Amino acid sequence: MKNALISGLIALVLALPLAGLVTTPDQSLHLVLVFHPLPVAAITLGAFLAQLALGLLHRIKLPPLPMPRVAGLALWGLPVVALLPLLGGRRGLDIGLLVLTYMMLATGLNIVVGLAGLLDLGYVAFYAIGAYATALLTTAAGFGFWTALPVAGLMAAMAGLLLGIPVLRLRGDYLAIVTLGFGEIVRVVLLNWQSLTNGANGIIGVPYPRFFGLDFTRFGHDSVFRAFGLPFWPLARPVWFYLLALGLTLAANLVVARLRRAPIGRAWEALREDEIAARALGLDPVKLKLGAFASGAFFAGLAGAFFAARQGFVSPDSFTFSESALVLAIVVMGGAGRQIGVVWAAIVMIGGFELVRDFAQYRMLVFGAALIFIAVVRPGGLFALRLPSVRLRS
Amino acid sequence: MLSSRLHDLTRLPLAYALQQLINGLTLGMVYGLIAVGYSLVYGIVGMINFAHGDVFMVGSFLALIALLAFGGFPVPLALALALLVTLALCGLLGFAIERVAYRPLNRSHRLAPLISAIGVSIVLQNAMQLLQGARMKPIAPVIGGGMNLLTQGSFAARLSYAQLAIIGVTLLVLAGASLLIRRTDLGRAMRAVEQDRMMAALLGIDTGRTISLAFVLGAALAGIAGLMFLVYYGVIDFFMGFEAGIKAFTAAVLGGIGSIEGAVLGGLLIGLIETFWSGYGSAAYKDAAAFSVLILVLMFRPQGLLGQKTAEKV
Repeated sequence: MKNALISGLIALVLALPLAGLVTTPDQSLHLVLVFHPLPVAAITLGAFLAQLALGLLHRIKLPPLPMPRVAGLALWGLPVVALLPLLGGRRGLDIGLLVLTYMMLATGLNIVVGLAGLLDLGYVAFYAIGAYATALLTTAAGFGFWTALPVAGLMAAMAGLLLGIPVLRLRGDYLAIVTLGFGEIVRVVLLNWQSLTNGANGIIGVPYPRFFGLDFTRFGHDSVFRAFGLPFWPLARPVWFYLLALGLTLAANLVVARLRRAPIGRAWEALREDEIAARALGLDPVKLKLGAFASGAFFAGLAGAFFAARQGFVSPDSFTFSESALVLAIVVMGGAGRQIGVVWAAIVMIGGFELVRDFAQYRMLVFGAALIFIAVVRPGGLFALRLPSVRLRS
Repeated sequence: MLSSRLHDLTRLPLAYALQQLINGLTLGMVYGLIAVGYSLVYGIVGMINFAHGDVFMVGSFLALIALLAFGGFPVPLALALALLVTLALCGLLGFAIERVAYRPLNRSHRLAPLISAIGVSIVLQNAMQLLQGARMKPIAPVIGGGMNLLTQGSFAARLSYAQLAIIGVTLLVLAGASLLIRRTDLGRAMRAVEQDRMMAALLGIDTGRTISLAFVLGAALAGIAGLMFLVYYGVIDFFMGFEAGIKAFTAAVLGGIGSIEGAVLGGLLIGLIETFWSGYGSAAYKDAAAFSVLILVLMFRPQGLLGQKTAEKV
């Protein structure tokens, strides 16, 4: 109760100027202060009640989640969730594709952060490179989506190697800030290299993936519907793209799940747990780190290709730091290293995010608050259990 | 038109360079003030306080609101009052953030505090956008006038009184902060906690309180930086904390994180690099320039310019 009162008081003192005195332009466009009492009252009361609720929450001890059962549910729930977008029409498919794009991103970042333990804050750079590679190859070089996809992934992987080399000696937070800088540099270059990227206007006209050389147009000689004698179905194109992305994301997840159990995955985990010990045991940190960066970047490149084809348009605006933060949040909330957790975190966070798009003004606020809340309540992630894949049997 | 202007400028090397130097130093002072906050917190808690840039942004808004509220007073008094208000309220904000978002996860997984900090950053940005509106907030120049230092032809290197005030106040504040950390009991406690938290606790230092005060001090300095920024540029918006924040963190790393002098030096360097880069090269790539320098420095001197190399404990 005392804490709640103090919280309310602090909130009141801070909210009085920040929320109560709103800077508003008058007729001559000079800013004047206008007093708004309502937000002040709301914030003060909110802080008071939140502290009160937290105090009560502390008294109740929550039983630990029965992990095996949750894990089973998590696995068998996936097919059901994967079907949902197909029932949701155009909008449902669009959200589904977005979720899959982020799931792909998170799968890649999971290798870097979750497995190898390298904190990468500029992951969006590889996503951007994949998206721009796809856009440029399809619009300017005559590639189709299918041929552009692997090239986008490989180009992003090359960029991963390129970034990996200078940062090999850095650790922890220094690595974080250099990768952050790399992300910004890539965005600034995309924004200013007018002749290649068309600057802030971006590139339009990125095509959808085709169906074995056929298109989803209603008429035309390469129409899928004509070739198979089917009636026209406007949703066929997004459904096809969704299934395609689903397949690729599934494949990516299987690859990463296998990688984890392969020697290189174990070596990554060893590196994460203790670099010095790993080196003493004869592992080569240079190769391992480069491998982690490159393979993580590869998946980001694939996600970038999805993104470019889904939007039909790329511009530097889509590749800001907040994307990196979002993907990192998915990985950490998923319990850094846990495959299934990361998948579910992508579904919950991106899907949930899109479903409340109507409250756009408040959803970022709620998202931020949710990040804090989850970090405080479950610091190891929503689906936390960060265990090495292999352990000694006792 | 532009090329002829550039041509003029290259014929006037000294005055132009002097002007860039003055502008760079002013900007660097602002970065330095923010960087000290990063350095303090990182030194003691070992976490990147990602929301620090946004505390600076909130400080700028507080300064704007205070300056508007005290608009009827004479300018020096209004500025002094705005400084006090910003300092105090930003400190309080820092205290609240530490209590809500960082303290509960003191001993947990390394990534959790970072996620929490990103959450705080998102909350602050969006709260300010909702409360004060998304538009740019311009303000009439608070401190006008200046003096010409060097005139060459039609170009005069000018030190405005606003720049003079910013450089002067920043030096005073930094001297104060440095004294606080070197000479007072609180500063000693902070340095002790930085070196070995458990040992400090065993010796009777209230580590929780010390950490909390480091956050308060850092946030208050960021608030002052916010006021400086407002006075210098005259326009602020809710999103400016991100860019300033990463540049200031870059400055802190560049100078050697954990060291106050290093943070100031790094801030000045970043400010100078940015100004000279846009003064002589292209303004478009100025953000990339600062990061490129950072990457180069870290490749060859990973502990930063003034940082101490620490042996890794096994």
